Formats: sequence, structure tokens, C-alpha cells
Amino acid sequence: MYAEDLAPENCLVIKLLRSPHAHAMIRSIDTSKAKLVPGVECVLTYKDVPQHRFTQAGQTYLEASPYDRYILDRHLRFVGDEVAIVAADTEKAANKALKLIKVEYDILPAILDYRESLDNEILIHPEEDWTESDWSHGDNKRNSVYHEDIHVGDVDAIFAECDEVLEESYHTIEDQQAMMEPFTANCWMDTFGRLVIQSATQIPFHVRRNMATALGIPKSKIRVIKPRIGGGFGAKQTAVVERFPAVVTWLTGKPSKIYYTREETMIAGSARHEMRVQVKLGAMKDGTIRAIEMHVLSNTGAYGEHGPTTIGLAGHKSIPLYGGKYEAFRFVADTVYSNHPSAGAYRGYGAPQGIFALENTVNLMAARLGIDPTKIREMNMLHEGDLMTAYNNETANACALDQCMARCKEMMDWDNKFPAKVLPNGHIRSVGVAMAMQGSCINYIDEANVTIKMNDDGFYSLLVGSTDMGTGSDTILAQMAADVLECDVDDIVAYGVDTDVSPYDSGSYASSTTYLTGNAVVKAAEQLRLNITEQAAKILECQKDEVEFDGKVLTCVRTGASMTLKDLANQLQGGSDGWLSVTAGGNSPVSPPPYMVGMAEIDLDPETGKVVPIKYTTCVDCGTVVNPNLARVQTEGGLMQGLGMALYEGQSYTDEGVNRMRNFLQYKIPTRMDIPEIEVDFRESYEPTGPFGAKSIGEIVINTPSPAIAHAIFNATGVMHHELPITAEKVWRGIQQKKQEEVQA
Amino acid sequence: MEIKVKLNGKWIVDNIDPDMLLLDFCRAHYCKSVKRGCETSNCGLCTVWLDGKPVLSCNVLAARADGHEVTTLEGLQEEAKEFGMFLAREGGEQCGFCNPGFIMNVLAMKRELDNPTDEEILEYLAGNLCRCSGYASHMRAIHKWLDSKKEAAQREDHIPENREKMLAHRLSKRTQKHW
Repeated sequence: MYAEDLAPENCLVIKLLRSPHAHAMIRSIDTSKAKLVPGVECVLTYKDVPQHRFTQAGQTYLEASPYDRYILDRHLRFVGDEVAIVAADTEKAANKALKLIKVEYDILPAILDYRESLDNEILIHPEEDWTESDWSHGDNKRNSVYHEDIHVGDVDAIFAECDEVLEESYHTIEDQQAMMEPFTANCWMDTFGRLVIQSATQIPFHVRRNMATALGIPKSKIRVIKPRIGGGFGAKQTAVVERFPAVVTWLTGKPSKIYYTREETMIAGSARHEMRVQVKLGAMKDGTIRAIEMHVLSNTGAYGEHGPTTIGLAGHKSIPLYGGKYEAFRFVADTVYSNHPSAGAYRGYGAPQGIFALENTVNLMAARLGIDPTKIREMNMLHEGDLMTAYNNETANACALDQCMARCKEMMDWDNKFPAKVLPNGHIRSVGVAMAMQGSCINYIDEANVTIKMNDDGFYSLLVGSTDMGTGSDTILAQMAADVLECDVDDIVAYGVDTDVSPYDSGSYASSTTYLTGNAVVKAAEQLRLNITEQAAKILECQKDEVEFDGKVLTCVRTGASMTLKDLANQLQGGSDGWLSVTAGGNSPVSPPPYMVGMAEIDLDPETGKVVPIKYTTCVDCGTVVNPNLARVQTEGGLMQGLGMALYEGQSYTDEGVNRMRNFLQYKIPTRMDIPEIEVDFRESYEPTGPFGAKSIGEIVINTPSPAIAHAIFNATGVMHHELPITAEKVWRGIQQKKQEEVQA
Repeated sequence: MEIKVKLNGKWIVDNIDPDMLLLDFCRAHYCKSVKRGCETSNCGLCTVWLDGKPVLSCNVLAARADGHEVTTLEGLQEEAKEFGMFLAREGGEQCGFCNPGFIMNVLAMKRELDNPTDEEILEYLAGNLCRCSGYASHMRAIHKWLDSKKEAAQREDHIPENREKMLAHRLSKRTQKHW
């Protein structure tokens, strides 16, 4: 059962009036006629709702996002920005009322090209009550949300000594998470006059904070329940829709719900940040990579949200891949506002953009130097024990990247297939390679806690604050608890998040669940295990270290006396000195990266530019693989999203800033007809800080397809594409342009 | 208007708006397995059976079901559970939101096609989108489920030399067939 299935019967249905302009002020708004439609409960405009700046981003303390939103604002910042909220008994009545709202707009000049945003005289957020986050160095008077400039060593000096220096600029555009369940939430008031928000969200605790801030009410007045989620991929790390039912129910006292259409999900959701990534790479003739410089400009759209935090990953989760050798790096990052829809979190969170750029450049460098691109990686890649200067100065405790490369080459039969061969029908078969990394949680910041309690008959309840967004993480966590408590996984009941009940967790994002929440589960389960033996020792009249526990029976090794867990659990229900329940958790000082290598084999038709992925092989090092089936499916799912991103997914806008990709007719995601043969394998390293040696897997898997496909196309045509998606049209144009250049030469 | 529909084996009489969609009709009668993922007949989430044939209920007026039989996942619990176990064993159920529509179509395929080849399976199910799984686990589950149904059957495409033939066939007829 998902959020919409559990919405209160007969609750108000919410529909929204959206701005037709990319940048405008509301001059006047008249809702009197709309309110007359039978069944309409309320029509809310910026005049009717609390005005407190807040953010919808789901991030834990220290919050990185600027407070730059109102529930409704007079100032509209993208085509689709919300102008008014209608709540009515039926969807029909609400839609009818929408048409009767009269709005006059003062149209403002818009910034539709984010490259022109910084220090533009047009300001997207001129407001005086714009609040910057503690550490993002943004400035709303410059349209800036974030700035960073870090370096280790003197890149310019090293570049001067290099035999070859490549400078390339790449462009990745907004793409959609396209989770099958659109954004949805519903609300009601409970018996104590508190606001209950039931939401398909990855971040229940942040929804509570964000909505309390937006409504200007104490957090204690809000309860957030997360039922089953129909996919998130980061989209639901932003509270995209919660504010609408929250304000309607808070003001009317009546239950209400909102269920975005696919169109609304596409045009007013939280797509991936568009980025321009400029890479400068310096290497010696023998292939040694000595310096990497990266300048990134990111488009956060109308609101700051994940703008300050996504961009860093472009550098911090790509440059360290070559941490084995380079002597200097520099990373400069700027995130700016524009009049596009607000961007958000999407699997990979900035890393795919950076990795696309860096991996392409490394592949170009390999071609320039005449070195096999897998060899140049083997020479320069990160190894276990290396210090990652571009990654918080963490040491790679567990890294099997070299083994992943060897295995992946074997699976692809790289040595025989690289670079390309022409088939009798004129098609070209070619291969491409890329490496990737990610993190496992945000170190020092993310926080995970779990509670495990033992119930009568000896089954357990596992209360987690992290949200299973459909990845099977609740299963993984239950499996870990079962392992420690030596019971069947069915003896553990995992309970989804309810902010009134669950211990605090910063949420399911940043690849943190298996690693961070997993660690909390192991900690809590181990403590519970100790407590069980301690209680049994009292009854068996022996010392607690004399008690052996096999998951079912507790035995005193000295006297041989024993009792079942079931008996113990039931006895503890009366006259005991405390029920058995443990809460444990914490954060992590490190964020151990998983690593992977991906290789694509494509069939390219030079007559049409059509690219069909034939085979994709990948080898992942996510530490210990906790559940092989789920890890494999995570990988396969991420690869397919990555292939979509590489070949056909992406938003596009008219000159007026109107989003052209409004549904699945226009925005194509891969179907099952598009799957290549996918081979997935794992090379396990052992991460000493992870639960059972595990690291993350959820995000990294989307990172390799874009550069690997781009590389395969390069090997087939000699043209490296610098912009995603690489459509058939672009491939064809690339081939024609190259032909012309060759003729001219 | 008044309609009479046999929903999951039980006749229901209801007074509906003429423009009510079959999707909303099913959900209003507690068949919550029927999901809405788009409004353009692209995603397959709302697949139900109308007189035993799969239809996209977002694209069918409830009035058209007047006097007919509608089956949703709620009406096929046993079969759905059986296939669902195969799917879960492969880790392919993931977020689950696309599963009801997908399973309705898989069960319809089983009734319609004898010993389907991989190509036939993919084509039959092409309209059922899934964003989590990458589809490969779906295929593994379908293979194992069909095998369990008919252990002796050896599908053609299990023979390795036929792979390349199949690939050539696919390359010749499609790039992106998303309907």
C-alpha cells in the first residue's frame, strides 16, 4: 500500500495553478469566481498562506540549502511555479475552479541560459529575507548559491611540465528520475490537533522540519508517516508536494491529498542539475597522469535546494579515481540560479556529471598518447591504501578497483574487441570503458539510529528511521539483524518510518542506508544479544559470560541448564526489571567509496547514427555483498538509467522557458526492448568500518554508462561527444562533420 | 449513469459520471493495485483485464465495462502470488509500484502465448515500464516461472547459437519502440 492508497476517504483533492511565465510578478489575482464553484473548499494565494522562508531540500544539520521559498510567492521563477492552491471535494470541481482564477502578471526578463546567470543584472532572488546556509558561500545578489575553490599542489606548474595537456568542456542536461510513482502526499489532523503528513518521501524527518518552518509552527505539532514508496532515486529527497496538503489541512482542519500528474512530476519536480564541466588533464608520454583541473558550473534552477551540495561530487567523486599518481589537482565550483525548474537530487548526485567529463578526457588522452585506455587507467588508478586528497583526505581502506578492471576486461573480452570492427553490413561494433566511484553516507553529518525490541515468543521488531524507497533496504537491514541474532529473517519485523515512533535517521540518500543504518543495526542487535544473555543468566542462575545463545536456545555452559528464547521472552513480560529494547546508532567519520568499472559494446549504424548497446559488462566493488540478488538488481537498474541518460533522456526548453518534455511520450525512458546483454560481477574488498565489511551500491551504478557509451561511439566514429544525451542525430552529424574536416584537410 | 460491472467475479452496480475512467472506477471499488503512473497510456501500471484481455484502464471509460467482466490483481491472488515469488527471488520486485500492471500482463501472456520466445516475451511486455529493475531480473523470473510451469519445454533462445540470430532480428526492426 502506497501513500495514495492510504489517503483518508473523501478527503479534499488539491490542484495547483501554475505560472505560464518563466519569470514574473503577480500584479493582481482574483479568486472570487473560483470560490463559487460548488465543492470548492478553499482557493489559496500568496496572500492567504503563512510567509516564512524555508527550503524543501532534505538535508540534515548543518543544512546546506538556502531558505529561498515561500509556500506560495508573489514572485514566480519558472514556467510551472505555483500561483494558487485549490482544494475541493472532487478533482473535477478543483479543475473547474482553477480555470476561474484571474491573474495579471508583470512579466520580468528571465535567465534561461544558466551560463549567463552569475552577476547578471536580473536577480532571481532579490529578496531581503533570503537566508544563506552556513557554509555554501552563496550570494543571492549575484545569483550564486555556492562557490568552492580548492586545490592540492600547483596545477599550473605541473601542467607546464607535462608532455600533453588536454582541455575539454562538457555539458550534461537535466534528466528525470522518472520513478513510477509520481510525487504524492496526504494530510489529516489527529485527535490531539496535530498535523499528520503521509508522504512518499525519502526524508520523513526533514519533511517534519521543513513543513514546521514553512507553516511557522512547532515541530512537535507535526507527524510524518512514510508508507511504501514507489521509487525515489533522489526525487523524493526534496519535499516537492508536501507543503500543499499541509497548508490546506492546517488552515481548514480537513483531510486533503495531492497526487501529481506525470506532467507535473516532469515540469515541477526535482531533476538532475544541468552542468558545464571543464576539465584540464596533464599527462606524460608514458601515460602518467600528473595533474587534473576541473571547473564546474551547475544550474540549480529557480530554487537553491540541492544546488550547494550536488556540485562538489562532480570533482570529489571523480578526481580521486586517479589518486594513485597525480601530483596536483584544482577544483572550482559554482552553482547559480536560473529560471528553469528547481533541480534536485538524482542517483549519483553530481558524480555522473563529473565522471562523464573526466572519463571522456582520460579516454581522449589515451587516444592521443596511443595507449590502451584500460592500460592508462591501470597505470594511474587508485589502489588500496592510497590517500585520496580530493576526497576529504580519506585513505582508501578497501579498494578492489584494479581487480574490477581485470575482471571487466575478461567479461567483455576487451583485448579482442578494442577498439572497433566493421561488420559486413557496414555497422560498426565498438567498445568503451569507464571507471566510477561514489561515497557511503556523508561523513560526520549523516546520522542513523535504529531500535530493536524483543517481543513475546522471541520475535523482534526493527524500527528504522531510514526509508526503503523500493530498493529492498528494509530486507537488507532485517537480514543484518537476523545475522547477529542468529534468527530467521522472518522473525524480524521491520517497520517503516513514522517520525513519532522511529529513532532519528537523516534519511535515505547519499548511499547511506546499507553502510550507516546497517552499522546502527549491527550495533543495536549486538547490544540486544548481550542483554538477552544477561537476562537469561539471571534465570539460569549463572554468570552472563557463561551463557551461550544460538538464536533459539540459551544454555549455561557450566551447569548445562537451558531455556528457549521463547520462554525467556514470555517470562520477561511479567515481573521483569525492564523490557528488552535497544536503540543505537551514530554517524561515521569516513565515507568509504565503492568503485566500479563498466564497459559498453555498441552497434553503430554510420548511415543513421543509430546506436544500440549490445552488451554491458560491469564489475563492482561495494565491499562485502550483503544480498547478491538485490545488489545485482541495483546494478542492472542503475545501468539502464545510465544508458537512458547517455543515449536519449534529457529535458529541453523553448525560448520562453517552457519545458518540452512533459510526459512519457516525449521523455523516453528505456523499455525492456532496449536492454542489452548485461553481465554483472563483484570483486569484494573488506571495508573495516562497514557492517560485515559492506559499502554502498545504490548510486555508483548510474555513473559509468554515459562515458563508456561516449567512448564506444568515439572508437566507432573518431568523434568524442561532449554533450548528453548522445542521440542518433548528434552521432550522425558528428560523422558528417568529421568527413567534411577530412576532405578539407 | 448506471453501470453494471463484474469486478473480480462480483457484479457491482454503480452510478458514475460518464467520463469516469476504468482506472478510477477500479480504485473507487478498493482495487488499489491499479496504479496511475502517467496520463498518456505509456507506463502500463494501470493494466487490468477486460473480458480476460489486458487493457490500459487509464484509456478505457468505465462505461465501456458496462455488462463486462473486469479483473484486477485482487482477483488473481493465487496466480499473482506464485509469479510474485519468482520475481521476489530474483530481487526484481523492487519498489513494487509497476508490479501489479506488469504481473497482469505476464499472466495474460501466459494464457495467450505457448512457449513464447524471448523476443515474444519482450514485445508482449514492452508497454510495462519499470525504472528500478533494469528489466533483466524480470526476464530471469519469467524464465524460471515458465520453466517451472513446463519443465520439459526447451525454449529456442536458450540455445547459445540462436542468440546472435535473435540479436540480428532485434537490430533490424527497432531502436526504441516505446509505446
